[in-house]
Amino acid sequence: MGKQLLLENINTPGIDTMAGYRAQGGYSSLQKALKMKPEEIVEEVKKSGLRGRGGAGFPTGMKWSFIAKPEGVPRHLVCNADESEPGTFKDRFLMQHKPHILIEGMIISSFALGCNTSYIYIRGELLYVYHILEKAIAEAYEAGFLGKNIMGSGFDLDLYVQPGGGAYICGEETALIESLEGKRGNPRIKPPFPAVAGVWGRPTVVNNVETISATVPIINMGGDEYAKIGVGKSTGTKLISACGHINKPGVYEIEMGVPVEEFIYSEQYCGGIRNGKKLKAVVAGGSSVPILPADLILKTAKGEPRLMTYESLSDGGFQTGTMLGSGGFIVMDETTSVVKNLWNFTRFYHHESCGQCSPCREGTGWMEKVLHRIVEGHGKQTDVDLLWDIQSKIDGKTICPLGDAASWPVASAIRHFRAEFEEYIKNPQNIKDEKHYYNLRNQKAPVA
Amino acid sequence: MPKVTIDGKEIEVPKGTTILQAARMLGPDVAPPAMCYYSKLSKSGGYCRTCIVRVTKMNSQNPNPMPKPVASCRTEVMDGMEVVNYTSEQVLTDRKGVVEFLLINHPLDCPVCDQAGECHLQDLGYENGSEKTRYDFERRTYDMIDIGKNIKLHMNRCILCYRCVNTCEQLTDGRVHGVLNRGDVAEISTFIEKAIDNEFSGNVIDVCPVGALTDRTFRFKSRVWFTKPVDAHRDCKKCSGKVRLWFKGAEVLRVTARKDQWGEVEDWICNECRFDKKNVSDWELEGPSRISHHSVISQGHYELAKLKLDTGRQLKNLKEGKQKSTAKK
Repeated sequence: MGKQLLLENINTPGIDTMAGYRAQGGYSSLQKALKMKPEEIVEEVKKSGLRGRGGAGFPTGMKWSFIAKPEGVPRHLVCNADESEPGTFKDRFLMQHKPHILIEGMIISSFALGCNTSYIYIRGELLYVYHILEKAIAEAYEAGFLGKNIMGSGFDLDLYVQPGGGAYICGEETALIESLEGKRGNPRIKPPFPAVAGVWGRPTVVNNVETISATVPIINMGGDEYAKIGVGKSTGTKLISACGHINKPGVYEIEMGVPVEEFIYSEQYCGGIRNGKKLKAVVAGGSSVPILPADLILKTAKGEPRLMTYESLSDGGFQTGTMLGSGGFIVMDETTSVVKNLWNFTRFYHHESCGQCSPCREGTGWMEKVLHRIVEGHGKQTDVDLLWDIQSKIDGKTICPLGDAASWPVASAIRHFRAEFEEYIKNPQNIKDEKHYYNLRNQKAPVA
Repeated sequence: MPKVTIDGKEIEVPKGTTILQAARMLGPDVAPPAMCYYSKLSKSGGYCRTCIVRVTKMNSQNPNPMPKPVASCRTEVMDGMEVVNYTSEQVLTDRKGVVEFLLINHPLDCPVCDQAGECHLQDLGYENGSEKTRYDFERRTYDMIDIGKNIKLHMNRCILCYRCVNTCEQLTDGRVHGVLNRGDVAEISTFIEKAIDNEFSGNVIDVCPVGALTDRTFRFKSRVWFTKPVDAHRDCKKCSGKVRLWFKGAEVLRVTARKDQWGEVEDWICNECRFDKKNVSDWELEGPSRISHHSVISQGHYELAKLKLDTGRQLKNLKEGKQKSTAKK
């Protein structure tokens, strides 16, 4: 097991309370940060090479330096805790067991950005986590880490937790802002970007839970030291929520650069495929990222071993690669039907599309209906091409990335497992035989 | 002032102009279709994606193209920007896809729809759509409802352009309708037990690009192409009083606001003018209206119906010019 920065001491009883967290050295990072200048903290984060952990992997230090700083206009930091991607459950785990690391991170980040009011926007379904955070915030107020003149530094911060109504789309930063303002959670059209006009038209930074929490170890150990962990531009540690047909599903903190093969098969991490079955496919970063068959997830198209980094997982583009995404690592064994799994994903996107722009609103529903037909055994010969065409007409044509997220799984499943779709259509009587599907992937070179 | 080139035509426009506005300045041969954008309303546009274009050169400093197609109604021009619209096969294909999406749940009940003949979706489908749909599932349906005394909402036909929502928000006080639910079952509706009841509510009928919001005083009275538009005005305390009367014989069947070349309302009118003043004696007639955009209304009567362009043929020409791609997708 590599360095544990976020999940350190997570099993210690009482770590979710202020006393328990401080007994393990909690809030020492904040004390250090408040003695620094805000610009120095931004500089440390830049040096650390920390990249957004929500999925896009945008350098956090750079995002922070983009925030507009007009005179007399308050700025806001919003923590995106609306984690609802199928397969991703890392933020929930962290907030549930170690709420104070997020709060400490929020205070440090708010101080760095000069925000006096910050928000944690939490997914509506995670109401019990909301109560945990509320309790932790009350403790932080009591201990003088929140409120007026924090620890004599002259810095004021009020922190609020806002539960959402339970919509996936509110994880998109501008939809999140709309929802936070009390409106319907429709993504805004960009520009203007939140860094210029976000919450109530004020400059806003929206960061993922893990990103904000990662500022705590960065300040503690220094940006340079943090940057030493990992490979190349993927620095530090990453929480991966592994699920599916593995022996040990759960949340793991890995140092960037662990080989995928080691992650799946090593006893430290997933512990291999359940029941001694063979690996069929992996969705490496939450349901939105392209699915990859076993050979391509373990080794890149060039034959190099694939590592758990932003660069290595996306090696080969969408033809033969995928993305690190939000770290929802879904492993499928040989008995899994990629078509059924895809139908499930597409059903999710159909249900969660906000209905604002037409390609996503109509296209997600159409894809789901076609896939449902195939899964039920009533597929038509033209359906695979039709699906390909629909996804290509959604991809890139929408306001927010939900349209892309809905089209990528479809595109990649067809790209790598076209034979399985065709088998479903040609021989629907075989659908129930689950062993039938192994090795039904395209033998030909992947298509564009 | 930034200079922008659209389909090879250059124009200098004020800063802050969007690509769509610049294209409209260049004329209808260049202007992309717009279903949700409404120049008279702020914050409109960006939803329907029919106006998507490709930016082949960002600006004079950065000659790179934009990676994705952009909604021209919400993208501001930059100096030296180059945009392709009708000259790009990719854009025409993309737009065809959008039109297909807009039509999959549309009932296509034009023969019984009051909007037929002045429907933007008809024009759009005619110019950019396919001949046949590939959608063979049941279309989603809703019940028709009356929102207010004079307005009928036929949600099946709605394309969720949000124009009526913006109109009510920006024109009247106390918005009472909005969008319920999400995804492809999102619907325009009034808030619980509310009716749209204010002096300018009738304008939602004019801004609706399809037949989702229709005038209950005109429903099923006549096809629009059997009525003759005449501009008229009256002294109205609430609005400008400048309207268009639609005559059938000597009878005024309908009163609407005047619309410009792009099918957008010129002056908002009040409900009294729209619904209650249907006698010729209420109005001072100005003369036959000029229908400047192509329409069946203008067919052979006022101005020669001129098709903006035949996208199908244009696409074919473009394809023939290039090596036909045989790569199987």
